[in-house]
Amino acid sequence: MNYNWNWAILIEVPYFDWLVSGLGWTLLVSALGWIIAFSLGSLIGVIRTLPSKPLRLFGMAYVELFRNVPLLVQMFIWFYVLPELVGEDLGRWMKRDMPFPEATSAILCLGTYTASRVAEQVRAGIESIPRGQSMAGYAMGLTTKQVYRYLLIPVGYRIIVPPMTSEFLTIFKNSSLALTIGVAEVLYQARQIENYTFQGFEAFTAATLIYLVITMIVVFITDRVEAKARIPGYGVQGKT
Amino acid sequence: MLAAFDFGVIGRNLPYLWEGMQLSLLLTGLSAFGSIVLGTILALMRLSGIKLFQWIGAVWVNFFRSLPLLLVIFWFYFLVPVVVQQQVDAFQSALIGFVLFEAAYYCEIMRSGILSISRGQAWAGYALGLRYSQTMRYIVLPQAFRNMLPILLTQTIILFQDTSLVFVVGLADFMTSAVNVAQRDSRLIELYVFAAFVYLVMCYFGSLYVKHLQQKMHR
Amino acid sequence: MVSKSDFLVRYPFQSNKAKGGIRMFKKLMILGAAAAMFAATNANAADFYGTLAKIKETGTIVLGHRESSVPFAYIGPEGKPIGYSMDLCMKAVEAIEAELGMDLKVKLVPVTPQTRIPLIANGNINIECGSTTNNLTRQQQVDYAYTTFITGTKILTKKGSGIKEVEDLAGKAIALAQGTTNERAIKESIEKLGIKNVKVLSVKDHAEGLLALETDRVDAYSTDHILLFGLIAKSKNPADYEVVGRFLSFDPYALMLPRDDSAIRLVVNRTLAGLFRSDEIKDIYNKWFMSNIPGSQALMVPMGDTLETNFAVQAFPK
Repeated sequence: MNYNWNWAILIEVPYFDWLVSGLGWTLLVSALGWIIAFSLGSLIGVIRTLPSKPLRLFGMAYVELFRNVPLLVQMFIWFYVLPELVGEDLGRWMKRDMPFPEATSAILCLGTYTASRVAEQVRAGIESIPRGQSMAGYAMGLTTKQVYRYLLIPVGYRIIVPPMTSEFLTIFKNSSLALTIGVAEVLYQARQIENYTFQGFEAFTAATLIYLVITMIVVFITDRVEAKARIPGYGVQGKT
Repeated sequence: MLAAFDFGVIGRNLPYLWEGMQLSLLLTGLSAFGSIVLGTILALMRLSGIKLFQWIGAVWVNFFRSLPLLLVIFWFYFLVPVVVQQQVDAFQSALIGFVLFEAAYYCEIMRSGILSISRGQAWAGYALGLRYSQTMRYIVLPQAFRNMLPILLTQTIILFQDTSLVFVVGLADFMTSAVNVAQRDSRLIELYVFAAFVYLVMCYFGSLYVKHLQQKMHR
Repeated sequence: MVSKSDFLVRYPFQSNKAKGGIRMFKKLMILGAAAAMFAATNANAADFYGTLAKIKETGTIVLGHRESSVPFAYIGPEGKPIGYSMDLCMKAVEAIEAELGMDLKVKLVPVTPQTRIPLIANGNINIECGSTTNNLTRQQQVDYAYTTFITGTKILTKKGSGIKEVEDLAGKAIALAQGTTNERAIKESIEKLGIKNVKVLSVKDHAEGLLALETDRVDAYSTDHILLFGLIAKSKNPADYEVVGRFLSFDPYALMLPRDDSAIRLVVNRTLAGLFRSDEIKDIYNKWFMSNIPGSQALMVPMGDTLETNFAVQAFPK
């Protein structure tokens, strides 16, 4: 092995810009994916605790489907298979005219996949609230909607803040899979730098540091949020 | 062009796909074994009274849990042969990457498993004159392992799904085989849907088994 | 190989040692080179070094091959890699077996444009048999044998797409394989000529690129013109496609070898020069470029003056 180290490559034009733009895509894809994951996941999670059996069944089917297929396969299905199944016109639109077809597919894929994990956390959060509380709600004459609106959801969410943090970090890390369908995120750019300069060690080290630093920042921020969100007396559930 | 489905393509390529599946299963099995062993060692380090060990364990776990698995796979694919100054085949590199990476996750499972065993049991062991290693080996770890079995299995199902990522380095696992056939015969839909179905069925029944196990243990 | 458990335990403390290891390895390489100079003067006392020594020790030679570079190296109907470069590589393997005086196990490792150079550089594969352009930037990390083919970047498109030259890509979408010289050639042309609104889709390899074109995800795919013919021949409806435009780059292909290892390069080059000298190269060429090949139609691309001259020039005497 004959390797010529050259760390300066990382701050040279255009490689530095590549890393910055890669970081931008990583953050964008994770953030938008997270919005989908959080809202859809909350919905599915709540559905899974409702009294209605068909709705519960639907929620369960969603979670099992998305949880038991590897993310990479889902990524390919969103990007390659879906446009072929939705009819020629819409398919062509998805492949060509949709803004940023690769990134959009990746966001939808990450969002719907992570939603299944968020749903499980939401369900666990709601189910961990002692039954007495919702019974008290019903006894006071609240409707199911009101019990959820004023009782289960506000309390449930404060309980699941810590696992939500780790779900956000999961989507952030999983966004690297978007490179398999051509999204130019951090890892993609690191590989591109390697292709252009053959300085693979430097490029991958840069990517590693970027992931470590972002994770540390997220953990730092959410530690503060968690401290605020904690409900006295509920004890802190361990992160899963 | 892709309109007419031809699921016959799967039957024709079944032997090739099966070869890929065997590699996936082998990689999963060896990685799970290796990373459970390593994860247990890390858990013991984290719980030991020795500062240096605690620190190593914590750094290991936090380091690997901060990184995408894909990045770790790339690292090991290119790095391992340089470090050991030998030719290492792609399977071995992937295996090493998986073991080191997944150990961080198994470590946390084993750690909570060990913590779930009441301290009294360990004290009882010491009182009987057992050494630390004996207490761990004969009293604490077997119980911790048994308590955590469902979670360990769930993590192993995740690991099985994760092995599909070796696709990025061209190691011929089930996913790579499916993609190869898909691209060679221009049968994307059939092959990707088939791959999704196979993973779904295997992982779903795996998780059903875990549930069954959990119920049995709680009875 | 270091035993696994040994490695696992040592790994976290390895980084400094590894650097030292590389440095030491360099020293060894220099010593090895010096030793080889002595050996060269006394051919019978052939004490092998570098890659050849490693091959002799393990009894195994590792060939890297592409999976969809028709007709250079691609997976044939039987699931094994075949092609022009594979044939040349196998000739080289025979020569290496003769040189070492032993039969070798041949291990085949699939590579992609992104993995081939690191894999040669880190010693994972001994020879790469594919369709790799020899350029000077890459020579900082790897070495090449004699040129075995000459081609350049062109554009593949569907008939009637309106694309005739690289300038026509304005407002269109093109797929490019990551890590290829063609990716750079096209991107540089787009930049230099100020072509507007070109959408670039990154794909992993040629098969994925053709598929993107086939499914109308993009209007064009670009790689070396000879590979484009290979892709057309292998596609479902070859009549739908055409190769257009002028050459946008000059791409001489060669088998790729580890750097700083003239011993294995000599054996490979001796084999190639022999093929060029004896005109055996013409038979191999015609087999892959002028007649029907497994899994695809004939490409029907004649050798051409440039390539014939190239073979003549590199037919070094014994």
